[in-house]
Amino acid sequence: MSNIADMFFNLDIMRQALPLLMQGLVMTLKLCAVVIGLGLIGGLFLALAATSPRRWLRWPTMALIDLMRALPPLVLLIFIYSGMPFAGVQMPAFTAVAVAFLLNNSAYYAEVYRAGLQSLPSGQWEAARATGLSMPQTLVHVIIPQAVRNVLPDLLSNTIEVVKLTSLASVVSLAELLYQANMARSVTYNSSPLVLAAAIYLVLLWPCVRLVSRFQRKLSI
Amino acid sequence: MTPMLEIAGLEKNFGDVQVLRSIDLKVARGELVFVIGPSGSGKSTMLRCCNRLEEPTSGSIFIDGRNIMNALSADLNRLRLQTGMVFQGFHLYPHMTVLKNVMLAQTKALKRPKAEAETRAMDMLGRVGLAHKAKAMPTELSGGQQQRVAIARALALDPKVMLFDEPTSALDPELVGSVLKVMKDLNAEGMTMVVVSHEMGFAREAADRVVFMDGGVVVEQGTPDQVFGNPQQDRTRAFLSRVTGAE
Amino acid sequence: MERFLEVFFAPQVFARYAPDVLYAMMTTLWLGLVIILAGIGLGLVLACLRTAQCWWLTLPIVIFADVMRALPPLVLILIFYFGLPGLGLTLSGPLVLFIVLTAVLAAFAEEIFWAGLTALTRGQWEAGRATGLSFFQTLIHVALPQAVRMGIPSLVNRALAITKMTALGSVIGVKEILAVSSSAQAMSGSATPLTMAALAYLAIFLPAVVLARWLERRFSWRV
Repeated sequence: MSNIADMFFNLDIMRQALPLLMQGLVMTLKLCAVVIGLGLIGGLFLALAATSPRRWLRWPTMALIDLMRALPPLVLLIFIYSGMPFAGVQMPAFTAVAVAFLLNNSAYYAEVYRAGLQSLPSGQWEAARATGLSMPQTLVHVIIPQAVRNVLPDLLSNTIEVVKLTSLASVVSLAELLYQANMARSVTYNSSPLVLAAAIYLVLLWPCVRLVSRFQRKLSI
Repeated sequence: MTPMLEIAGLEKNFGDVQVLRSIDLKVARGELVFVIGPSGSGKSTMLRCCNRLEEPTSGSIFIDGRNIMNALSADLNRLRLQTGMVFQGFHLYPHMTVLKNVMLAQTKALKRPKAEAETRAMDMLGRVGLAHKAKAMPTELSGGQQQRVAIARALALDPKVMLFDEPTSALDPELVGSVLKVMKDLNAEGMTMVVVSHEMGFAREAADRVVFMDGGVVVEQGTPDQVFGNPQQDRTRAFLSRVTGAE
Repeated sequence: MERFLEVFFAPQVFARYAPDVLYAMMTTLWLGLVIILAGIGLGLVLACLRTAQCWWLTLPIVIFADVMRALPPLVLILIFYFGLPGLGLTLSGPLVLFIVLTAVLAAFAEEIFWAGLTALTRGQWEAGRATGLSFFQTLIHVALPQAVRMGIPSLVNRALAITKMTALGSVIGVKEILAVSSSAQAMSGSATPLTMAALAYLAIFLPAVVLARWLERRFSWRV
C-alpha cells in the first residue's frame, strides 16, 4: 500500500514536477486555442459545403470528411511530422501538430454542424427567403444560430475530445502537458508526475463531461 | 358470491398530499364500473393501485378474494396477470411487431409455449378486428388501432379484471368509436371492467354502475340513470353541469 | 510529381514492407474487434446495473464513466505501462492497450445506453410491469432493445473513434500498423511506409465510416 502511495502519489516528486507541468499546460492550452478556434470555423465551412445543393462542392467535401474520420489522428500527425520532410516540407512540431489536428477536428466539427443543419425543417429556409433575406443573411441570422443551438452538447463533447487529443503531441516531442509529465517520470523513475498530469486533465475536463451528460439528459426529456 | 375486485380502505399519499382517502369499492363479476370525476380527483391513481403500479399507502385490494397487498414482489408479477391494464398512451412496444407485442408477456410471464401464444395472440387480434395487422409495426397503425392492439395484449393473458385508464383520451374523435365498440363487446361477453373515462355517452349506454370521485373520495355512485339523471350531491351536480355544458 | 511519387509511393519499398504491414493490419483488426466486443458488453452491463437505482452501484459507475471520458487515453496507457511495473506488475503492451481502450469505450457506451434508457417513457416500463413481466424481463425485452436502437449511431461513431486509437499502441511497442510502418520508415529512409500505414488504416476504417453513415440514416427514426 505504501508502495502505491510512493510510486503514484509521491507529493514531493509532484511538487518538484509541478512547474514543468505548468509549462506543459500552457503549451497544451495554446494548442487547444489554435485547434479549437480554427476547427470551429473550418468545421462550419466544411459543413456548409457538405450540405450544399451543388454536387461538385458536396461530394469532395464529404470525401475529405470521411477520409479524416477514417484516419487515426496520430497517423496523420506522424505522416505530416515525419513524412512531409521527405518531400522537402519541413515544419516545427507545433505547426505539424496544429495542422494535423486541425484537419482531423474540422472534419469532426463539420459532422456535428451538419447534423444541426439537417435537423432544421426546410420551412426555416423558405420563411427567411420569403421575407427577402439573402442566402448569406439567411445563413447568418436564421439557420446557423438554430443549428448551433441544436447541437451545442455535441460541439462541447467534441471540444473535450480535442483537449484530450492534444496529448498525442507528446509523441512528436512537443513539450505539452503529457510530454512534460512523461519527461519528469523518466527522470525520477516515478509515475507520480503522470498521475499529476491526469489530475490536471480531470480538473480541466470533468466539469465539461458533467455538463455534457446534463445536456443529454435534458434533451431526452 | 365474492366480488371480483374489492378495494377496502385504500389510501394513497404523494409526500404530504393525500390523493386517496379511504376508498371502498366492490366490483361484481361481469360488472362494468365507470369512474368519473374532475382531473386530480384520484381516479387514475385508484386504478393504478389495483395492480400496484402505484404502491398504496394503506388499505387492501382483493382480486377474486385474494388480497394482493400481501403479495411479495415475485408473486406480484403473477398477480398482475389477473388484471389487464389499458393506458391512455397505448404504450405498445415500438420495436416489435403487433403480434410480438401481444405474445411477449404470454411467453415470458405466463410461460406459454410459443405456438400456443401465437394462436392465442391471433385470436385476440381477431377479436379486436386487427388480425390482418399482425405483422405491422405499431407506428404504422392509427391511434385507435394501437389502442385495440393494447387491449388484445392485455386480454391475451386471460385477466380476471380489465382496467381502462382514459383509453380514448389520446384519440382523434373519429377513432374513439372503434375502441368503445371493442370495450362494449368485451363486457357483453362477461368481462369485469373498471373504466376511468370522460366518455359520458358510453357510460350512459354501457355502464352497470357509475362512480363519481372528487378530492380523493367516492362522492356518489349508482346506476347511470341515477347519477346522471338525478344526482344527490352538489359536487356531482356541479361536475356534471360543467362537463355537459362544455360538450 | 515524379519526385512526389518517388518519396511516397516507391514501389520497391512498397513491395518489401507489404507483408509486415499486412500482418500488422491483422493485429490492429484483432485488437479493435476485442475492444469493441468487451467495451460495448461492459458498457451494457454497467447501464443495466444503473437501472437498479441504488446509490452504491450508481456512484462508482458514474465516477468511472466520467473519469474515463475526461482523461486522455494516452495518459492512462503511460501510467499502466510505465507505472505498474514499479509495483511488480508488468503488463504487455497489447494488454495495456486492450484494458485502457476497453475501459474508455465502456464508459462512453454506458452513457449512451443510459441516455437511451432514460429517454424511454415511463409508460413502456409500466406496460411491461402491468402485463406481469418482472423488472428484469421488462429491462431485457422492452427497455434495452429500444435503448440500444436509439444509441446505435452514436455508438458506432464512438467505437470507430476508439478503435482508431489502437494507433496509440505504437508508443508502447504494440506491433500494430503505425508502429510497424514507423520502424520501416526509419529502416528504409523513405516516407513510403507511412503512406502504406495511411492506406492500411483507410482499408480498415473507410468501410466502417461508410457503414456508420448508413446506420445513422437507417436508425434515425424516433418513437
